[in-house]
Amino acid sequence: MSARDEIFSNIRRSLGVRADDAARSAIVRNRIDQARAGIRPKRGEGDIPQRLATFKSQAESVSATVAIVESAAKVPQEIARFLRDQNLPATLRMGEDNRLTSLPWDGTQLALSRGASKGDDLNAVSHAEAGVAETGTLVIVSGPHNPSTLNFLPDNHIVVLKAAGVVATYEDALAAIRKAYGKGEMPRTVNMITGPSRSADIEQKLLLGAHGPRRLHIIIVRN
Amino acid sequence: MSVQSTSPQFKQNAHHALHDMQLQKALGNVRQNFIERRAVAAANLPEFEALRDQACDLRDHVLAHIDLYLEAYEKKVLAAGGHVHFARTSEEACQIIVDLAKARGAKSVTKGKSMVSEEIGLNAALERNGMAAIETDLGEYIIQLRGEAPSHIIAPAVHLNQEDVEAEFRRVHTHLPADRNLEEPETLLAEARAILRSKFLASDIGVTGANFLVAETGTSIIVTNEGNGDLTQLLPKVHVVVASIEKLIPTLEDASAMLRVLARSATGQDMSVYTTLSTGPRRPDDVDGPEEYHVVLVDNGRSNMLGTQFQDMLRCIRCGACMNHCPVYHAVGGHAYGWVYPGPMGAVLTPSLIGVDKAGHLPNASTFCGRCESVCPVHIPLPKLMRHWREREFERHLAPASVRYGLGIWAYFAKRPRLYRLTSSLAMRLLALAGKSKGHFRWLPLAGGWTDYRDMPAPQGSTFQAQWKKQGGDR
Repeated sequence: MSARDEIFSNIRRSLGVRADDAARSAIVRNRIDQARAGIRPKRGEGDIPQRLATFKSQAESVSATVAIVESAAKVPQEIARFLRDQNLPATLRMGEDNRLTSLPWDGTQLALSRGASKGDDLNAVSHAEAGVAETGTLVIVSGPHNPSTLNFLPDNHIVVLKAAGVVATYEDALAAIRKAYGKGEMPRTVNMITGPSRSADIEQKLLLGAHGPRRLHIIIVRN
Repeated sequence: MSVQSTSPQFKQNAHHALHDMQLQKALGNVRQNFIERRAVAAANLPEFEALRDQACDLRDHVLAHIDLYLEAYEKKVLAAGGHVHFARTSEEACQIIVDLAKARGAKSVTKGKSMVSEEIGLNAALERNGMAAIETDLGEYIIQLRGEAPSHIIAPAVHLNQEDVEAEFRRVHTHLPADRNLEEPETLLAEARAILRSKFLASDIGVTGANFLVAETGTSIIVTNEGNGDLTQLLPKVHVVVASIEKLIPTLEDASAMLRVLARSATGQDMSVYTTLSTGPRRPDDVDGPEEYHVVLVDNGRSNMLGTQFQDMLRCIRCGACMNHCPVYHAVGGHAYGWVYPGPMGAVLTPSLIGVDKAGHLPNASTFCGRCESVCPVHIPLPKLMRHWREREFERHLAPASVRYGLGIWAYFAKRPRLYRLTSSLAMRLLALAGKSKGHFRWLPLAGGWTDYRDMPAPQGSTFQAQWKKQGGDR
């Protein structure tokens, strides 16, 4: 008997169930098909301004910085300001996301580059699909538009997010992905990011910048 | 070959631990930080208790249908272009991963933090086959350098102090200037970050565990704070997920539900920094990510726990709250437990996985205060399960003769209440008389286990039962 078959037959013997029990199969199928949400915390709820405020305070409580700009056209200036204020070099790497590449970068002195990171980029920008108010969590989807390496290898990660993309709960954000990709289908990677990288492995002291970015700057576009 | 156990020597291990001043200093951090942080996180979420109940029900539902969820999950992983391997034992699991790595000419395997990889002894297996296994979680990296096992399931180096880490880095990182400053935690972290960054980029295979496996989508989920798990799975050509079979959950909604209790129970964070959902290998238009995605599902004794009184233990989501709140863990640390899983969850799980004959001491190392159960996000009745192990140990005549005789004598009296009351009140009076002058005993016959370590106070007045009766207490 193969390892697989033996494990399944062991499980079924222990549980006292049969493989051909149609009622059990229906329970599991329905549970997956319906994908009902359970208890959802109230704290992320509210209209867009309320969700924005919750998102901002939650993200800041985990050491991210948050800027709100009126329009997408203001994003390049905000990134330039952030890098300048932090005394960081005026370089920036991004993927092929049109929401980023089409911005008016000419007004800045930033040296732009495109594509995945190989580990030698100091600064990168990604566009998030959603922000989750309940914990200030960003949801970023992998692909050529926003390569996952940009989320982890650069020292400074900047993430752009539309105000309308700020939702109350994880369920809302994941349901949007399900809608975009189809039921049961997923992008290769969904990164849910809550603050910059950290470790408390040395005497429980919280230190930022363990293996991922030391800084996480979130720019929310109001319109 | 899974990890060697020193669980049979729990008493000696605990004795050493209690006299290890460095360890005792480090354990102070557990007592202080974890408990307070969890309490704050729980208090800040009004729905937290209801979420725990929900998480418990959800895990019960999964375990009752685990065969079907495994099948659904497997189907989705395959459809996403991934591979699924089943392993009955530690040896099979290691062999699968070693074969995968060998076939691809791998020299270097980076690892995200994974308790099941500790359980199956993966690092040793890779190294026996000429490959370097590199732990990338900061705590795991530190203890790997020291040749130690983790002493905590989420804070593997919690038994160490900053000076220990500094000494280890100076011993191993000899290519760096000897006079460099390593006196701050920040400089230690920076050094580890720089060294591990080069390992990430040079790795052939990345192995991670999984906090959850989602049947709906064939997705594996890992939760980290450092980002090491992500660099582990993102940069090499091959990503191998190793997970035990009970990690399944039905849907993405269930993932959301479980995530809300996991970090709060573990570190007291509302959410860990990186929660990553991975489904299959690199897609055609991807510019990064692994070319191959494998899942190794490990049974290693779990299917035999289903349908028994120990099935509840399989609800566990490995948050570590039980050990964070355990007075025994606080006193002796994780290594004393002698195998992979310490604390109350280890005291229940270890006898299931390696046998009560080897790990029978562990369920006895409990004060039965019940704090573990009171903080468990999935309401595992840990004290009850430890009691079940004690009963089995007794039934199988594994308890020492002195314990068996002692219990036999006690049972004789306990079954005869009048005789019990008579004897105990006589004994009390006798003891009260003998200890009258000092008020305590430094030594008593047959009570060396007590008086070797502390004085026994002399009884005052009548027995508890007599006083209870006098106050009109109910039986």
